[in-house]
Amino acid sequence: MNTVKIMIDGVETEIVKGTTVLEAARDQGINIPSLCYLQGVNHSSSCRVCVVEVGPRLIASCTLIAEDGMKIQTNTKKVRDARRTSAQLLLSDHDRECLSCSRGGNCELQSVSNSLNIREVTYTGEHSSREKDYSSPAIVRDASKCILCGRCVGACGTVQTVGAIGFAKRGFDTVISTAFGRPLAESTCVNCGQCIMACPVGALTEHENIRDVWDAIADPDQYVVVQTAPAVRVALGEEFGLPVGTRTTGKMAAALRRLGFNKVFDTVFGADLTIMEEGTELLSRLSSGQNLPLMTSCCPGWVKFMEHNFPDMLDNLSTCKSPHEMEGAMVKSYFAGKLGIDPQKITVVSIMPCTAKKFEGAREELSNKDMQDVDWVLTTRELAAMIKEAGIDFVNLKDEEFDNPLGVGSGAGTIFGATGGVSEAALRTVFELVSGQPLDTIEYTAVRGMDGIKENTVELPDGRTIRTAVVHGLGNARRLMEAMQRGEKSYDFMEVMACAGGCITGGGQPILNAADSSRLDVKALRAKAIYSEDEAQTVRKSHHNPFIKQLYAEFLGEPNSHLAHELLHTHYTARTKY
Amino acid sequence: MEQHQPCSNSTIAEADRKLEQIKLAIDQYKQMKGALIPILHEVQDVYGFLPEPVLQVVSAELDLPMSEIYGVASFYHFFSLTPKGEHVIHVCMGTACYIKGAQGILDRLSTELKVPVQGTTEDNKFTLEATRCLGACGLAPVLTIGEKVHGRLTPNAVPKMLKEYN
Repeated sequence: MNTVKIMIDGVETEIVKGTTVLEAARDQGINIPSLCYLQGVNHSSSCRVCVVEVGPRLIASCTLIAEDGMKIQTNTKKVRDARRTSAQLLLSDHDRECLSCSRGGNCELQSVSNSLNIREVTYTGEHSSREKDYSSPAIVRDASKCILCGRCVGACGTVQTVGAIGFAKRGFDTVISTAFGRPLAESTCVNCGQCIMACPVGALTEHENIRDVWDAIADPDQYVVVQTAPAVRVALGEEFGLPVGTRTTGKMAAALRRLGFNKVFDTVFGADLTIMEEGTELLSRLSSGQNLPLMTSCCPGWVKFMEHNFPDMLDNLSTCKSPHEMEGAMVKSYFAGKLGIDPQKITVVSIMPCTAKKFEGAREELSNKDMQDVDWVLTTRELAAMIKEAGIDFVNLKDEEFDNPLGVGSGAGTIFGATGGVSEAALRTVFELVSGQPLDTIEYTAVRGMDGIKENTVELPDGRTIRTAVVHGLGNARRLMEAMQRGEKSYDFMEVMACAGGCITGGGQPILNAADSSRLDVKALRAKAIYSEDEAQTVRKSHHNPFIKQLYAEFLGEPNSHLAHELLHTHYTARTKY
Repeated sequence: MEQHQPCSNSTIAEADRKLEQIKLAIDQYKQMKGALIPILHEVQDVYGFLPEPVLQVVSAELDLPMSEIYGVASFYHFFSLTPKGEHVIHVCMGTACYIKGAQGILDRLSTELKVPVQGTTEDNKFTLEATRCLGACGLAPVLTIGEKVHGRLTPNAVPKMLKEYN
């Protein structure tokens, strides 16, 4: 029998075997509060706000598997009192500066406290660690807001296998800490930001650069160019109450113009450029047989993960800069020349679904003539915050287009935002480059979908085969890398994205609370929106993008040319594991 | 025979011998669930504390992130991440000893040694620690220095007791 019968608050219900009491109750329309529980990430049952009465006992419902005949009470005095006590104890040691907290209004502790009608916190006493760590350019940690739920530890260690942070010390001194309590910037953190996505409160946030960008816009001597990654347009709307998976490309372009940016460009153009460079690099590596598999380098979380954990395989990484860095480099060279502007007076701002891009943007090697290719990186959330600060009625904005020439991208460049997208975009171009003639095939669906590791062998028109692996989530990437090291697996091309689902669920995207993220298939909804963006484009292959052709004709020459290498390619740094 | 060798060589040999001992312990416990704690015990036994370079070896061998090892090492009072003195003084602060004036003993030790509790003297001779019940209530107030037990102490007996170790 695959179902069990249980009684929740006097109502009998039949549920699938293995369901937790928390899930079963939520399915019945009974919303049990929870904090430390995050499906698939953290099942520690430590916060105790989800307790229910089963017989004489109070049990945490998040990890209690419903058994046949179980009688559960979710709303007794005993339950209410216990939940309120637990929540009040958490609040008593929480920095309740909600008005200036970036998670104010989207804080799970706040919702739990509200739902339990807590009007005062009577427990007083010492406060535990109140340390703030601003060392990382990507992620800020604020111990004064931390409720020690462990969700970030699960995301960092169990899911991503990065393990930069963990529980340290004991009792009242317990903190979430890096090894030896060092600054986060000195740890093995890859800046993926999945800890931020897991955090129910404001203890983990991006290192904000909103003021820096406002200052650049306000500076009359600066020509400020903005570009947006594909994944931003399918998630930004959520910050304004639109359903998950809503496409807001036109509104976003309009909003960016109203914020005061001089040019609104599209990182999709940079993605097309990446395909030209990386596709050519792949074909040349296939011919020489060297440094295979070629591993994608678009994802800065993955790149730093490689530098720490697999420093002897850095030659396998594509030397291509990531799309927004390529775009930035083109803005400060090609575009600056076209417009006759001194590149020193250009500020490039990237709007990314990602926190690791902030670290990447600051990498010394991603510069030219002592100018960073990209000056500031903002997350999707920061962009939403700026739009709100400017008082723009986002939802009712009329659609506008990106600017030319670096604002036109193909459908292939757009799908970079979902796992498998880079591979599919590369195949669309590589197939035609090899066959030398146009092909009808556009969609290579074998690389799509949400399986953690997608293996596929494609036969090129000239009979050669490419063995591809598409991986998302660093835990999956580590498993695959280790299998390759043991000689169990071998490929020609590997696409890796640090976050599960790809950039659409990056660490800079709108944060859903634990209940919504288990209820909605966010990955699938945002991916669907990305693929519809692709279908809506007339140009769906990177090498057909007219502005890409123009760029090579007027400026770069050909893919992997000397100038292209100088401006669009990079190198990597081996880092230690400690 | 080591007397005939230059000092640095014997130091290196000593370091190698210690690390070898740790590697043996790692091999012994590696396959076991919860291998970390017995291995950390061995490290602490051999080095007197948990030196970071040795923990890096443990991390690599057990394939555990350093944050997790730091978590375990900082959770248990027994483990120390800083070097300890030649003689570790554990002053019992259990109920019986406390009533019999353990605080006075601890304070006097702190004054005599010029270190706070948890501290190590400048000459690395002594580390002063307060501990939970040592289980020798009949000797209250009691403390241990290394393996040796000193019972029924008074603050004024402290200087004489310390002289035994100088």
